[in-house]
Amino acid sequence: MSGLLKSSIGRKVAMALSGLFLVVFLTQHFVINSTAVIAPDTFNAWSHFMGTNPLVQFVLQPILIFGVVFHFVMGFVLELQNRKARPVGYVEYKGSANAPWTSRNMILSGITILAFLGLHFYDFWIPEMIHKYVEFAPEDPTRYYAETVHKFESPVRVGLYVISFVFLALHLWHGFASTFQSVGFNNSYSKALSKFAKVWSVAIPVGFILIAVYLHFNQIPH
Amino acid sequence: MKLTLKVWRQKNATAKGQLVTYTIDGIDGDMSFLEMMDMLNNKLINEGDAPVTFDHDCREGICGSCSMFINGEAHGPDRLVTTCQLHMRKFKDGDTITIEPFRAAGFPVIKDLMVDRSAFDRIQHAGGFISVNTSGNTQDANSIPIEKENADNAFAAATCIGCGACVASCKNSSAMLFVGAKVSQFALLPQGEVEATNRVLNMVKQMDEEGFGNCTNTGACEVECPKGISLENIARMNREYLAASLEG
Amino acid sequence: MALDSKIPSGPLADKWTKHKNEINLVNPANKRLIDVIVVGTGLAGGSAAATLAELGYNVKAFCFQDSPRRAHSIAAQGGINAAKNYQGDGDSTYRLFYDTVKGGDYRSREANVYRLAEVSTNIIDQCVAQGVPFARDYGGLLDNRSFGGVLVSRTFYAKGQTGQQLLLGAYSAMNRQIGRGKIKMYNRHEMLDVVKIDGKARGIITRNLVTGEIERHSAHAVVLGTGGYGNVFYLSTNAMGSNVTAAWKAHKRGAYFANPCYTQIHPTCIPVSGDHQSKLTLMSESLRNDGRIWVPRKKDDAEAIRAGKLKPTELKEEDRDYYLERRYPAFGNLVPRDVASRAAKERCDAGFGVNKTGEAVYLDFAAAIERYGKEQAYVQHLDANDKALVKKLGQEVVKTKYGNLFQMYNKIVDQDPYNTPMMIYPAVHYTMGGLWVDYNLQTTVEGLYAIGEANFSDHGANRLGASALMQGLADGYFVLPYTIGDYLAHDIRTGPIPTDTPEFEEAEQNVRSQVDALINNNGTKPVDYFHKKLGKIMWNKCGMSRNATDLQSAIDEIAALRAEFYKEVRVPGEQNEFNEELAKALRVADFLELGELFAKDALTREESCGGHFREESVELDGPQKGEALRDDENFTFVSAWEYKGAPKDAVLHKEDLNYENIEVKQRSYK
Repeated sequence: MSGLLKSSIGRKVAMALSGLFLVVFLTQHFVINSTAVIAPDTFNAWSHFMGTNPLVQFVLQPILIFGVVFHFVMGFVLELQNRKARPVGYVEYKGSANAPWTSRNMILSGITILAFLGLHFYDFWIPEMIHKYVEFAPEDPTRYYAETVHKFESPVRVGLYVISFVFLALHLWHGFASTFQSVGFNNSYSKALSKFAKVWSVAIPVGFILIAVYLHFNQIPH
Repeated sequence: MKLTLKVWRQKNATAKGQLVTYTIDGIDGDMSFLEMMDMLNNKLINEGDAPVTFDHDCREGICGSCSMFINGEAHGPDRLVTTCQLHMRKFKDGDTITIEPFRAAGFPVIKDLMVDRSAFDRIQHAGGFISVNTSGNTQDANSIPIEKENADNAFAAATCIGCGACVASCKNSSAMLFVGAKVSQFALLPQGEVEATNRVLNMVKQMDEEGFGNCTNTGACEVECPKGISLENIARMNREYLAASLEG
Repeated sequence: MALDSKIPSGPLADKWTKHKNEINLVNPANKRLIDVIVVGTGLAGGSAAATLAELGYNVKAFCFQDSPRRAHSIAAQGGINAAKNYQGDGDSTYRLFYDTVKGGDYRSREANVYRLAEVSTNIIDQCVAQGVPFARDYGGLLDNRSFGGVLVSRTFYAKGQTGQQLLLGAYSAMNRQIGRGKIKMYNRHEMLDVVKIDGKARGIITRNLVTGEIERHSAHAVVLGTGGYGNVFYLSTNAMGSNVTAAWKAHKRGAYFANPCYTQIHPTCIPVSGDHQSKLTLMSESLRNDGRIWVPRKKDDAEAIRAGKLKPTELKEEDRDYYLERRYPAFGNLVPRDVASRAAKERCDAGFGVNKTGEAVYLDFAAAIERYGKEQAYVQHLDANDKALVKKLGQEVVKTKYGNLFQMYNKIVDQDPYNTPMMIYPAVHYTMGGLWVDYNLQTTVEGLYAIGEANFSDHGANRLGASALMQGLADGYFVLPYTIGDYLAHDIRTGPIPTDTPEFEEAEQNVRSQVDALINNNGTKPVDYFHKKLGKIMWNKCGMSRNATDLQSAIDEIAALRAEFYKEVRVPGEQNEFNEELAKALRVADFLELGELFAKDALTREESCGGHFREESVELDGPQKGEALRDDENFTFVSAWEYKGAPKDAVLHKEDLNYENIEVKQRSYK
């Protein structure tokens, strides 16, 4: 058990499980975000809950951050190991003949998502942290909706978000469905699950894109 | 037909290699790829050059010796064949064909297109067997019925010829399909179940020590495998490994 | 030296048990003091190495391939016989013994064959215990099929890859011992000489194929499991690397070579497609269970087919000549291999061949597809008169039985055998001849053993289908490990054999000078040139049918070719590197000597028996007219040849064969 993370299969399973965890988080994030389009009051209420509930803030949030960091670090470690496993490369390598682009470029889509996370943290998380834990600003349960909408005022930012979500979809397209294989689940049930995973992998990022675009075109005054 | 060949030439394990271009004429579509290489070699010998070294033996797709990376794919563009069964009718007059050795840290080049695949042997030494005395005094072969589906799946896994196309094709040089096939064969049979825990732990450990990469589920191995070994075998190994790790 | 086959006395059925009870044993502690060299890692060598190591001996195993798993046993397709009688169709040890002796045309040793049949059942038990995934039925029990020339279903199989599965079983047993350190494995090593000390085999000289290093290896006994010599024909179903060198070097050191002319020409191989051909591919004999063999009845049709103007499927039933069914109504398409091969050659020689070169006959599955399709239609309650449906259902059944073979054929020939008949032609497949061994599998050199196809013992003049795997594993797992103990029991106080003796020195120098001579030969022709030429001589004059004139000229031509080889061969590259041309040259040099002895042996044997068909010895009249005529009065013996410097000087020793338990009869498949 102790050596599990040192083995190739252990790491692969760890990637899968951390990925699955992030998939759950993304679903939750999407559900809350979608209320910004449907019911701004609900959005405010849920955002306030998430931003102030001690369980969310001091237990779930660190776990999430750990999950994100773990998934990225492990992704880089695996990539480095995999490169080391072929010190002399091929002159001609026809990867497209036997594997889809998404599966061969997880590191590329992953790095794009990492860059996006930087932007996303800069946009939302860091201001939130400063607001709450540095400035100790007074609580205002209605501020979230307006702040969020205003973030999407800039077409450049919206453009960056859209591109990032496309890469997120590409990453999920391979990543989500392949978690089942990684944890050893490959049978007729897992094949059905994989189909669901593929649908989800497109639907969620497209949903995020629609929200971003919707908010951009439905600005409210400052 | 007339072809241009770009062949990897490397004098020995430590020498630096490069692609060398040759042209060859009079290739017949009924020739196998290796017969085309034979023709090239006899031409080279007649011209006073060193022939190209490559592994080959049975030339009927079962020994797993041949191992060329042809036009960017292990065993070339055809599916479910080894290089020896790839026929020249898959190419056109005037084609340029790039021929490289299988590349992986676990498969160091010995010379030209020949690589050292003894890592596969060492993985098997670590646990690719059932510990039964070779005395013949075992129980009757029919004393344990085996469900046909399991027997068939074990056979399907056991058809692996150990050629290494999975490693060569994988962008990560992972050997999981090979090891997964071996682990699966035994895991599916009642005779192999007894040692299943140690077998999968030891074989995976050895696989990692040999310097093969990690599996990222691209599926390239399954597509390029000349015997069509299924990815299900990797899933089964993952399962077996997890169970074994949690047990141990 | 008089040949002593050391057959134990007593009733046939008790000989092996009695012998095992009487021979010397080595106690486990002493086994640790004894080294055994095993050359070759196929079914025989691999299983022997694993078992000897299991028993406690220190084993050094050698193969020229990059891994033991690649030995050519892996290519065997059809199956392995065993007298299990699981099908309850009347099989028994005696019946397997009888079929093997009869199939071998009464030219094998009764006691050896009986022992083979006796241990055959152990093989299946052993392999299943090792995890060999044999085919099973829906009840979970082992499945059997019938195989050419016998009347019971005793063949165990794993689709068309039985040899592969059995070899991987033996390889896994070896892996276990390698992991324990009891086998030291030498891959990519070629044995180039046997070292004899005081008349006993005490070691070998090898060449490391990667570095070119010439190495000395010593042991208390040497076991050769180095396979057959079919590649003397250049084109055969053997692997490219299969060679006679180890056996031939042993022969030169005093091991008699038995029955070199007994060659099996397998009837169902993919025909030659052109001069570029480097090897031939077998299509399992199991195909003959369902395929019908035919050629056109009219020469015009054959010519039209050859010219590509007529398709075989267009030919009406009455215009087809199912010649095996016509000539041999009792066995039909299932006659033994030698009979089927000769019949195909006879039709092609008469001008009825069906491919470009006129050297192919059809193997047709249309009837089987229809039969199976109808059966399936009934089973599934579908319309058995719907032709398209029946064909589809039938093709599915055929696919489950022979899918991999059909796929292989399709890849090689580029034709779809589900819809057009396969083309097949005989090809050299197996050599029944080999090093002469006694009942203990020891050659005429003390301490030198030969097992599997490398020896001559069990198949007589013709081998039955699915018997090669059986013999290889029987020798390796269950016979040699007992009998070698009898010899090694005398060596428990010998201690390690040193390699710095004059005998090793002499043998190494012998190898070095041969290597140097070839490397420094400033010839002009590549090795393949000579090998192909030798192959042509062998195929044309020592092939499926032989006569005195041709054999004599073959002897002369091979001797001349050998002289030309040493003058004209060009071996590029250096000694101390991976040099395939050098390895090939060393092998072809030995084939050029063996080929001559082969022809000489065939010339001496003035009878037709099994795979050896002499045109001078045929039935002149009666129902068997034109069939092979055996001469039991003058030729019921094993020809064992002693090396005397050149193949032409080889001296013949005869081991008379006595049949006490079987009535010697004319083989009839009519």
